[in-house]
Amino acid sequence: MIHQYTLNGYNIILDVNSGSIHVTDDLAFEAVRLTDEGWPQDRIIKELSERFSGRGVTAQDVRDSLDDIEELRAAGKLFSTETFEDKAFDLKKRSTVIKALCLLVAHTCNLNCSYCFAAQGNFKGQHGLMSFETGKRALDFLVENSGLRRNLEVDFFGGEPLMNFEVCKELVAYARSIEKEKKKNFRFTLTTNGIGITDEVIEWANRECHNVVLSLDGRKEVNDRFRKDYTGRGSYDRIVPKFQRFVEKRGGKGYYMRGTFTRFNTDFTRDIFHMADDLGFSELSMEPVVADPDSPSALRPEDLPVIFDQYEILAKDMIRREEEGKPITFYHFMIDLEHGPCIYKRISGCGSGTEYLAVTASGDLYPCHQFVNDPEYKMGDIWSGVTNLQLRDSFKLCNVYSRPECADCWARLYCAGGCAANAYHATGDIHGTYRTGCEIFKKRIECALMIKAAQAMKKKPAQG
Amino acid sequence: MKHIVTLDTRDMAKSAVSGGCGECQTSCQSACKTSCGVANQPCENKDAE
Repeated sequence: MIHQYTLNGYNIILDVNSGSIHVTDDLAFEAVRLTDEGWPQDRIIKELSERFSGRGVTAQDVRDSLDDIEELRAAGKLFSTETFEDKAFDLKKRSTVIKALCLLVAHTCNLNCSYCFAAQGNFKGQHGLMSFETGKRALDFLVENSGLRRNLEVDFFGGEPLMNFEVCKELVAYARSIEKEKKKNFRFTLTTNGIGITDEVIEWANRECHNVVLSLDGRKEVNDRFRKDYTGRGSYDRIVPKFQRFVEKRGGKGYYMRGTFTRFNTDFTRDIFHMADDLGFSELSMEPVVADPDSPSALRPEDLPVIFDQYEILAKDMIRREEEGKPITFYHFMIDLEHGPCIYKRISGCGSGTEYLAVTASGDLYPCHQFVNDPEYKMGDIWSGVTNLQLRDSFKLCNVYSRPECADCWARLYCAGGCAANAYHATGDIHGTYRTGCEIFKKRIECALMIKAAQAMKKKPAQG
Repeated sequence: MKHIVTLDTRDMAKSAVSGGCGECQTSCQSACKTSCGVANQPCENKDAE
């Protein structure tokens, strides 16, 4: 399977199974398309030499482009065949270890954002803070179930984790005290709304946290539409100076400014540019809202053309910024072509419910933070372990081969079958497909590959 | 190659032989929390093809 598209003047061809990416001139682009449609070479030569004659293209030029195509085919980089499904990857029987936990250390928040996963701050009835003893047991549970994996990830999440900052500190200290003996490397992430940031938090997080995720939706009026406190007051003016100080002190360690866009700001590149140009942040993430389809803020299929335009605007602008020596990072355009994930990672799904679990303040286990407190999705607890094995098996099968719609999708080895929670919210089934999300995802990958193409063509421009 | 430039990419077939160590980050853990994308996850095994 191949995927061909033209974006920002670049003709791009993705060979899905090999992961190869090619940039072509117009002639080769058409020659590949006709070859893919099954045209014999003599017909292609006749057709394209006639069609491109006004551009000085000869029959020999077409033959040369067909030679290029056959050379790539022979090298397994074009029209390559699917071999991975037959490799006896028995994804249900595979043994999985747990390597990441999302610790909901605080089922409470000092903001009341109406689009929050935690259901408007009420956490479906369960309030409370995680105790140190519960958190400590969660870390032990992770170590005990991580097999030989060395890198273990723990995310302090909520609610607002800084409402339980003392326990966060104690848990990191405990992890550091055992990691050498247990031959583990804990990587902590803090996701915060910013309200509780102090100099002590900054110093601690910059020392201990591999990554910090700082929630800001962009422009003041956009941020304050949803990100309000319980009195209805927007958070922008309080959090922006704290975030700027936090990042300034971060010293190059990882961070993301993470925003959410909704139907109210489908012009979300303005929010990204605001964070970059007006506020000075360079590591940026902007996520489509996860909302009930009936919500006024929910994105709809008819919003897709506008959203696609926004991603194209962003991609082109990022090329400009890089050329001007002031690059920004957009999380969903990050793509490592040479040292990215292996095929196992690409076909085995996101890991929710298998490698990655969410732990509530009271120690219950859920497949991920988006399923927390849905009783149907409780998997067990940190004392007894995963006891709902049927549910775990169901999540093991949430992968690129479990959804019929993925079989014909060129992006399947970039999304690994998509987000189980998105599928569940959209279709009521974790093995369903959230089609609007798929379209958004595919557009982002097209833009990301176009940026890579632009970078490559600066180094080695195509001939012909 | 006169008409096609091929970008350097990881060979998926070779990665089926050398990959699978599982040391990489879980897909959702870093920034998004709302979608599954594996393309932006770096491989932790620097020796793998």
